Amino acid sequence: MMLAAATVGLLVAMLIVLARAIAGPSLYDRVLAVNSFGTKIVLLLAAMGFLSGRPDFLDIALLYALINFIGTLAVLKFFRYRHLGVASPSDGKAETTR
Amino acid sequence: MSLLAAILAGMFLAAGAIFVLIGSFGLWRLPDFYTRLHAAGITDTLGLSLMLVGMMFLGGWTLVTVKLVFIMLLILLTSPTATHAVANAAYTVGLRPFGVPPEDLAEKDR
Amino acid sequence: MLHALVMGTSLAVFWLLLSGYFTSSLLLSLGALSVVVTVYLALRADKHDGERVALRVDPPLVRYWIWLVIEIVKANIDVAKLILSPTMALSPRMVRVKATQPTDVGVVIYANSITLTPGTVTVDIDDDEFVVHAITQAMADGLTDGDMGDRVTALGAR
Repeated sequence: MMLAAATVGLLVAMLIVLARAIAGPSLYDRVLAVNSFGTKIVLLLAAMGFLSGRPDFLDIALLYALINFIGTLAVLKFFRYRHLGVASPSDGKAETTR
Repeated sequence: MSLLAAILAGMFLAAGAIFVLIGSFGLWRLPDFYTRLHAAGITDTLGLSLMLVGMMFLGGWTLVTVKLVFIMLLILLTSPTATHAVANAAYTVGLRPFGVPPEDLAEKDR
Repeated sequence: MLHALVMGTSLAVFWLLLSGYFTSSLLLSLGALSVVVTVYLALRADKHDGERVALRVDPPLVRYWIWLVIEIVKANIDVAKLILSPTMALSPRMVRVKATQPTDVGVVIYANSITLTPGTVTVDIDDDEFVVHAITQAMADGLTDGDMGDRVTALGAR
């Protein structure tokens, strides 16, 4: 019962964070909001596992936590260097992205 | 599942959900990027831990609890790194913090 | 060799805990195969860059974690109060904090502890100085006057 209520609270929190991701205003606000959204998705997946009685959801939650972390770093790296490969010495000097 | 475990689980889940909501609300309400980092920190530390501990009480002494412990350790170890990466990226391109006294900033950002 | 054995054993335990298969011989042999492949890849990567970070979990580190959890809970409540207060009395600061830890791992533990505590975030690191953003003056003072750095330094080289 409490789990269902907590899940509803989680969904409301996700809506607020999504609003921040859309509103921005800077790129970094969006990345932060998406990262925070990912943490809540992990919690939601775990809660869904208990609600539907299928603990397999926890494996997906664990995997999502990993992908969320790597994804955040990849997005940041991409916006700093404009590619994901080996950085050349001239990269990342005067690129201001807002 | 014993009644005590159910009550504890409910309490932890409710407290966790409240902290997750406060963190998200802060992410919306605070004035600039650097202050919002702290609101995201609330969700990532106390909100997440309390909710996962609540679910551990629901899971009991099973492999489910072990997986929840792994999820919690993973996020507690990676979230400061991710937060620092975002903050450092913003600082490097010179995103100006709100309300910080000018003597705190580096020469080029004043 | 000992390194490979320890890593293999912990990976096998990790596999068993995550999969929950203890009886099916086909699945167990596939799990053993994946452990062997992972150890091989890890040793190969070691030869390439030679950077090993051993996590030594001993009583002082556990005591530090318990202290850190209490600090995190206190800081969470402070920041939550700040967000919910109608006036939101923010006084953000960017302070410089000196890291006195002898090793890189110590510095990483300190920087991540600062970031993990809501109210303070490590924004930049030059050599042995952190630039830390604090959401209020009180949080900044708590960091510069507090003993978190000394506690991490007391953990010693690791």
